[in-house]
Amino acid sequence: MVKRVLAIILILITGYWLANALAQVPFGADKMLVGKYYLENVKEQTGAVNAVTAVVVNYRGLDTLGEVTVLFIAATGVAALLWRKKRERTAKSEGSVVLQTGSKLLLPFIMLFGAYIFIHGHLTPGGGFPGGATIATAFLMLYLAFREYEIPHNVFEPLEGLAGMGYVAVGLIGLIIGGYFLFDWIWQTWQLGHANIGRLFSAGFIPIIYTLIGLKVGTELTGIVDNMVKEPKEGGQ
Amino acid sequence: MISAYYFGAISLILIGLYAILTKRNLLKILVGLSIMETGVNLLLISVGYVSGRTAPILTEGATPQTTVDPIPQALVLTAIVIGVATTALALTVAINLYEKYKTLDIEKIRGLRG
Repeated sequence: MVKRVLAIILILITGYWLANALAQVPFGADKMLVGKYYLENVKEQTGAVNAVTAVVVNYRGLDTLGEVTVLFIAATGVAALLWRKKRERTAKSEGSVVLQTGSKLLLPFIMLFGAYIFIHGHLTPGGGFPGGATIATAFLMLYLAFREYEIPHNVFEPLEGLAGMGYVAVGLIGLIIGGYFLFDWIWQTWQLGHANIGRLFSAGFIPIIYTLIGLKVGTELTGIVDNMVKEPKEGGQ
Repeated sequence: MISAYYFGAISLILIGLYAILTKRNLLKILVGLSIMETGVNLLLISVGYVSGRTAPILTEGATPQTTVDPIPQALVLTAIVIGVATTALALTVAINLYEKYKTLDIEKIRGLRG
C-alpha cells in the first residue's frame, strides 16, 4: 500500500515536471533547423524523395549500421541465453485448419509485400526495418500453424551474415572511391539515376542498403521467434 | 495548456512508469516498459509535427515548405526496431529466470531481494 502511494506521488511529480517542460515547446510550430536543410537538399544530394529514408540510410548511415549491430547483438543474446543441448518444439496441438491453410497460402504474398516495402523504401513510407518485420511475420505464422515446422537454418544464418557483411562492404567501397565510410558512390560518382528521381532506379545505394537491411532484419527476427518457441527437452538441460 | 498529443504521450509514459514501480510480475513490468517506450515514441513524433503539413515525402507537389520535420521520424523508426530487439532480450532473461526459480514474482526471486 505504501509502495503504491509512493509510486503515485512520484508519478505525479514526474508528470508535472514533464508537462511544465513541454509547455514551452509549442505544438505544431515550425521549429526545424537541421530538418530544413535535409528537406531542401535531399533530392540533389541523395536522389531519394522520402526524406526520412534519406536521413536514416544516407545522411546518418553510420548510425543505422550501429542500429543493425544492436539488433544483431540482441538476436545473438537471445540465442545465447536460450542455448541448451537439446531443445524442441513443445506445442501440444497443431493450428486450426484455417490457420494452416491460410499461412501456407499467404506466405508468398506476405514475403512479396515485405520485399515491396524495403525495395521502395526511398519512394514510399517504410523501408528495410518494417519490410523485414513483415517477412518475419510470415514465418511466425508458419510456426503458429505447424507443430513440427522449423526454418531452414542453413539458409537463414548465412543469409543474415552475408547481409550484414554486404552493408559494411558497400560502406567500404564508398571509403575507397569517395574518401569516407558510406559515401554514396552510385549517386555521386557514377551519377546513376539522376534522370529518374521519384522512380525505382534512383537514390544511389539506398535501395541496395535497404534490401540488405530488410533481409537481415527479416532473418534475425525469424531467428528470435525460432529461439523463443523452442523449449528444453525434459531432463535435457 | 499543453497539447493533447503531449498529454497522451506523457500519460503513456506515466502509466508505464506506474506499472514498473508497483507490479510484482516480471512480465507485467516488461509490458510497462513497452508502454513507456510507446509514449516516448509518440512524444518525439509530436514534437516534430508542424500544423497543416504533410509527410516528408517530396512527391506529388509536396515541397520543403509543406512537409513536417523528417528527423524525429527517422529517430523513432530506429527506436521502434531497437525496442523490439531489447524487449525480446528482456523476455529471454525472464524465461531463464522462470526456469531457474519457477516463478516470475520479483519479490520471490532471491537474487533481487534487497
